[in-house]
Amino acid sequence: MNEKIHRGPVSLYLHFPFCERKCRYCDFLSGPARAEEREDYIELLCREIRLRAREVTESEATAPVDTIFIGGGTPSLMTPEQAERLMQAIFSHYNVMDNAEISMEVNPGTADLAKLRAYRSAGINRLSIGVQSFDDAELRLLGRIHTSDQARRIFHMAREAGFSNINLDLMSALPGQNIETWSKTLREAVALQPSHLSAYSLIIEEGTPFARMFSQKELPALPSEEEDREIYHFTKKFLAENGYRRYEISNYAREGYECRHNCGYWTGHEYLGLGLGASSDLGGMRFKNPDQMSLYRKRIEERNAAALRCEKQEMTREDRMEEFMYLGLRMTSGVSEKEFEDRFGIPLEVQFGDVLRRHISQNLIRRLPGDSARPALPGNSGQAAFPGNGGRLVLTEYGLDVANYVMADYLL
Amino acid sequence: MASNHYDSIRERTRNFCIVAHIDHGKSTLADRMIERTGLLTSREMQDQVLDNMDLERERGITIKSQAVRLIYKAKDGVEYIFNLIDTPGHVDFNYEVSRSLAACDGAILVVDATQGIQAQTLANVYLALEHDLDVFPVINKIDLPSAMPEEVKQEIEDVIGIEAEDAPLISAKQGVGIEDVLEAVVAKIPAPEGDAQAPLQALIFDSLYDSYRGVIVFCRIREGLIRKGMTVRMMATGATAEVVEVGYFGPGQFIPCDELAAGQVGYFTASIKNIKDARVGDTVTEHARPCAEPLPGYKKAQPMVYCGLYPADSAKYPDLRDALEKLQLNDASLFFEPETSLALGFGFRCGFLGLLHMEVILERLEREYDLDLISTAPGVVYKVYKTDGTMIELTNPSNLPDPAKIEHMEEPIVSAEIMVTTEFIGSIMQLCQERRGRYLDTEYIEETRAILKYELPLNEIIYDFFDALKSRSRGYASFDYDLKGYETSELVKMDILVNKEPVDALSFIVHAAGAYDRGRKMCEKLKEEIPRQLFDVPIQAAVGGRVIARETVRQLRKDVLAKCYGGDISRKKKLLEKQKEGKKRMQIVGNVEIPKEAFMNVLKLDSGN
Repeated sequence: MNEKIHRGPVSLYLHFPFCERKCRYCDFLSGPARAEEREDYIELLCREIRLRAREVTESEATAPVDTIFIGGGTPSLMTPEQAERLMQAIFSHYNVMDNAEISMEVNPGTADLAKLRAYRSAGINRLSIGVQSFDDAELRLLGRIHTSDQARRIFHMAREAGFSNINLDLMSALPGQNIETWSKTLREAVALQPSHLSAYSLIIEEGTPFARMFSQKELPALPSEEEDREIYHFTKKFLAENGYRRYEISNYAREGYECRHNCGYWTGHEYLGLGLGASSDLGGMRFKNPDQMSLYRKRIEERNAAALRCEKQEMTREDRMEEFMYLGLRMTSGVSEKEFEDRFGIPLEVQFGDVLRRHISQNLIRRLPGDSARPALPGNSGQAAFPGNGGRLVLTEYGLDVANYVMADYLL
Repeated sequence: MASNHYDSIRERTRNFCIVAHIDHGKSTLADRMIERTGLLTSREMQDQVLDNMDLERERGITIKSQAVRLIYKAKDGVEYIFNLIDTPGHVDFNYEVSRSLAACDGAILVVDATQGIQAQTLANVYLALEHDLDVFPVINKIDLPSAMPEEVKQEIEDVIGIEAEDAPLISAKQGVGIEDVLEAVVAKIPAPEGDAQAPLQALIFDSLYDSYRGVIVFCRIREGLIRKGMTVRMMATGATAEVVEVGYFGPGQFIPCDELAAGQVGYFTASIKNIKDARVGDTVTEHARPCAEPLPGYKKAQPMVYCGLYPADSAKYPDLRDALEKLQLNDASLFFEPETSLALGFGFRCGFLGLLHMEVILERLEREYDLDLISTAPGVVYKVYKTDGTMIELTNPSNLPDPAKIEHMEEPIVSAEIMVTTEFIGSIMQLCQERRGRYLDTEYIEETRAILKYELPLNEIIYDFFDALKSRSRGYASFDYDLKGYETSELVKMDILVNKEPVDALSFIVHAAGAYDRGRKMCEKLKEEIPRQLFDVPIQAAVGGRVIARETVRQLRKDVLAKCYGGDISRKKKLLEKQKEGKKRMQIVGNVEIPKEAFMNVLKLDSGN
């Protein structure tokens, strides 16, 4: 393989596959479970953490870990003690850097001040609160277990517990939503002054209750493509006016608060996924853990780390070139021509010249000269800062709206 | 061998076919005859042995001629050799019928005891009589409660004028009366004539391409004999070849024998590699001892309906050419020549005898040759008289000269006979009216059935006339037509513009009065078929540069995956791959990406209602 295997810091993703009740739109690997099952799982997860530590190595030593993300499901269903135990397992088996970003998802319906304080003292330093909407009718429609009041309360508690880096997850393009109801949610979110906001437009996924309700016409009308884009464009403008810069298709942050963990996914940063069904990209290979609990348990009890790797995909140089483009272009800072050439040994415009020229002529992609480019990642030590020379290619506003259309052209 | 040996065989031979209207039971009777003569036990017997193409079986129609040899021990104690040659029943395949008839000496006419004479009964009988065949009738389906055998016999005598008094009354389905039919073949169909000692003179009535044996030539030996090792010559093409194998037709298989003598029907192979060398209708003779002159052969059928055929994958162009050549080998009525379309690339302009013929060819190309095809709107042959006094026959609308240089245009008109039960006369007349029909006459066959006579422009019936006819008569009407001639007509060329660029594959000729309607429907349909692009795409229908209808495909506004984190990446790649596949199936016209299926779907547009 010509590609240099990216060694240096790695990220960890920990999956907590339980929730109090499944939301109607959710197609994640998650479901309700009894307290004993959750405890059982935390134990398994801790064992996996120990088992896999040596997979994350840099020469002889354990590689530095620069970001950790605990997602779900609803990880805030973890008791303070469980969170403590989990983090302890990580800290004692991995080389977590001092300035590591350690995020956890929180459902406003499952937390209180004591819990949040415990999470903070366990080492978690960033919260991502699943607010989704500040409209209670919308929350009920989504099947969320919390109210808008609870969301506000949790936010203030998080501040009180010592979290300065907080994201709010919001969902747009909900059935029956229009720009007025959406702007109300946005205003309420901004009033709380979080450091980060994610605004996703709803995707009705196959097999969810929403999909069934949608096909049986039990849901209010979805916004049209036009309205959906109007909402996105409004969001971008409104949040920019309030100090949040769009740095990815659905992500906005105050300067310096971009989510380092997620940026890693879009820049080819290596990551190890721990827990049921978690995906990894490590050592030139993509793979994921079993998503059947019984199989997952069996593999861990057998202490068989190799057999945990399912759906293994050896990543070729071509695969990486494709990813470089279709992941990198998600970010408003786009991709660096120099970094492409450094990684693959061929100039980007030689590899993708025809497509690139077409996209530029179709106003889907813009080429920014090197000196006007802004650094993409906030001080991600160990990751080469984007060089000042060599241009950057970024999706235009319209290119972002039709990103799939554009990205498909970069498949080799 | 002594000539009386050959004469003895010849005198015990009967070469015949079965003619009938669709669904009157021709294939079932053939099956029963095969079964009864002991060739196959009924357990081995698959329904409709002779119809061996998938398509034929599915539709219950016979498209290609098939032949089979039966040995029948008659009541007089003599063993007879029956060569049963199956013929297509549809009006589009008259040409194939006449080919098969040329190999026969007689014909069994099957008439449905519940329906009596139908349009194609007449068409086929007249064809048989034209070929000097002795025709005897058989009344089928007498087991049905609504059977009226006596009335039908009377009808046969009145309408066709052949003797029907002692016509066998049978039920092919239940195997009743089959013996009577076999005896009637012996008694009523003459033995073939011919002298086995004379120079070889054989008519090619069909052929088949086999990748192992080359061309398999089906022939009727008129004079002389053909045997293995003989060098034969095709009189029209001049090609010579050494005979590798001769034989006759078993059910679904070829059975080799030593020789075929005058009066016999069979096949030979001669390592003929070039399918063009053995043309249907040509005469085969012995190279060393040729006959004096070729047999009259067949009148070449004139294609009446044309369309462009393009491979969906342009790399398959040579495959399409090979497939068309092979089909043409045993379907000389199929015409094709290369053409190029800006929208569809390289393809062929193909001519067919009618719409069903076109459909059958398309299906055979797709099924038997595994080709993915795009066909343009079917059109007819227009005569374009130019101001400089010349005339061109227009088969491709794209070639229409500048309107300023056109003096006038003529379109083909057919004489149509529609047989219909009286309750549907009103709705059928209305249909003909809508299709610019000119009413001529109504002829009552009996109280409840009549033949409507119309003159109709051919281009009005090539779209969905058959379907409309069936749906407005609950399936009872049947239809036959003959080209009457050409008449001056006010015709215009409709261009379809996508993003201001004319799409040649979508142009068509239409009568001025129906232009607006067709143009509007075309635009509406195309709007549904073209996916949103990166910009608004106007779709316009224009006649002579004047836009008469317009639709707009709105710009693509949103195509983006909101979330893409660690676990979503593999899924995202699959999604993009699917999208890329979709783009590959697009044809770029101007700068608009149009899925290839869109052409097909738009052209399926029903023109009438």
